[in-house]
Amino acid sequence: MMQWLALPISSLLACAVAAAGQPTPERQAELRYLLEQDCGSCHGLTLKGGLGPALTPPALAGKPPEFLQLTILHGRPGTAMPPWRAFINEDESRWLADRLLAGETQP
Amino acid sequence: MSFSETSRAASEIHRASVYAEWGTTLVCTLMVLLLIFAGAAQAAAGLRGSGDLAVVVERANGTLQVVETTGNSSLKRIEGLGDLSHASAVYSRDQRYAFVFGRDGGLSKVDLLEGTVVARVVQSGNSIGGAISQDGRLVAVSNYEPGGVKVFSADDLSLVADIPAEFGAGQRSKVIGLVDAPGQKFVFSLWDAGEIWLADFSAGGEPSLIKFKGIGRNPYDALISPDGRYYIAGLFGEDGLALLDLWHPERGVRRILPDYGKGEAKLPVYKMPHLEGWAVAGNLAFVPAVGRNEVLVIDMVTWKEAGRIPVHGQPVFVMARPDGRHIWVNFAFPNNDTVQVVDAESLSVLKTLKPGKGVLHMEFEPRGEEVWVSVRDQDELHVYDTASFELRTTLPAQKPSGIFMTTRAARIGL
Repeated sequence: MMQWLALPISSLLACAVAAAGQPTPERQAELRYLLEQDCGSCHGLTLKGGLGPALTPPALAGKPPEFLQLTILHGRPGTAMPPWRAFINEDESRWLADRLLAGETQP
Repeated sequence: MSFSETSRAASEIHRASVYAEWGTTLVCTLMVLLLIFAGAAQAAAGLRGSGDLAVVVERANGTLQVVETTGNSSLKRIEGLGDLSHASAVYSRDQRYAFVFGRDGGLSKVDLLEGTVVARVVQSGNSIGGAISQDGRLVAVSNYEPGGVKVFSADDLSLVADIPAEFGAGQRSKVIGLVDAPGQKFVFSLWDAGEIWLADFSAGGEPSLIKFKGIGRNPYDALISPDGRYYIAGLFGEDGLALLDLWHPERGVRRILPDYGKGEAKLPVYKMPHLEGWAVAGNLAFVPAVGRNEVLVIDMVTWKEAGRIPVHGQPVFVMARPDGRHIWVNFAFPNNDTVQVVDAESLSVLKTLKPGKGVLHMEFEPRGEEVWVSVRDQDELHVYDTASFELRTTLPAQKPSGIFMTTRAARIGL
């Protein structure tokens, strides 16, 4: 009996974790649009750089996702990079960081 | 046949042949004239001036839409211009050709009447904007990567001069705020170096350069007064603006409004403001405050702060209607769904409009009775009546950003 329950519960838990970590498809579309249009106003619509640096995979090579996540959430004091935590939560920032590193940023 | 008869006959034969010749000439002339008239009629059907045209940058797919402001309609779309995010344009003096500066370093010369790209160079990796010289013969482009200014012949876009923005120990700065100035000059600012450079092309050939150093941290954009006398760079890295009097460059650059933000925490800046054109009414100039929900008012006689106008968000463009009575303001993310109109007399907000999310640019018609607004997220251009604030026309456009009217051709600094 316990064994029967264990499997469905663990898979439910796995689902819950995945749901917390992954923005909904609608939110993903919003984040991609934000990345292109609003991040793009400094980093370029194609993320090849502008007043802000390029955010392409070669430009970000070697940077851990946590570093990108913190930069997105808290900005870079002393530079023009603002904190986005009023608009983007922790999970969303991680999802964006992963997309940037993988180069999967097309809307 | 007498001699005289013979002579008359000969002369008649001669006359007949002359008549025949005339006849042929006449027919030929008529045919030529017919062809000319036909050609003229054909040309007349498509003949138009270009003083009421504008280009709208459709930034997502890199196209230009050509519109006209007499009937407020769309005329054509021009493709093949590369990455047009943050693109801008200046015009040839005859207002037929637009020089379009793309983010990918592309400089394109576009024929608005034919709807064709007549010349194009990819002159850097990453550029931000440009200017056309007083005589209309030189087009300058300011570049981020590699940082500097390149100057091209307006005729065929061949390279005339290359000015690397070098500073410190072999570093190169991103260049912003490039404008034309009287006396065949270009003025621009160095974001990373905190310098203003004056490039004088009046002698022909290589320019002479004057560099003003230590003008302030991170100049983000600049403008020149409509008479071409004052160049002002806005500073991102510290408070105030840097002012250069081009009548007296020997006096150097001085700081104005040095403590407009002193002691107050700046708000996060989600979009850099633009300093384009010069919102002037009487002796007052209006500029966006950086990191504040305010429009700054500058007294141009004393160069002191003459007021601050609280507005809906952080201003991006602060633009005076051509008569100077009203100032139109749009805002940075997340307040970019709004436009406010400020009364230049009472220095207060007169009207708040909600065109929709992503209001990126505004451009007044030459005498200011209507204003064009690009509303990115709605894929629309809105044309408002500037007296009643009513929406007059809506046109479809694909992620529209900058709107540039050909009348800019005759204005210093645009």
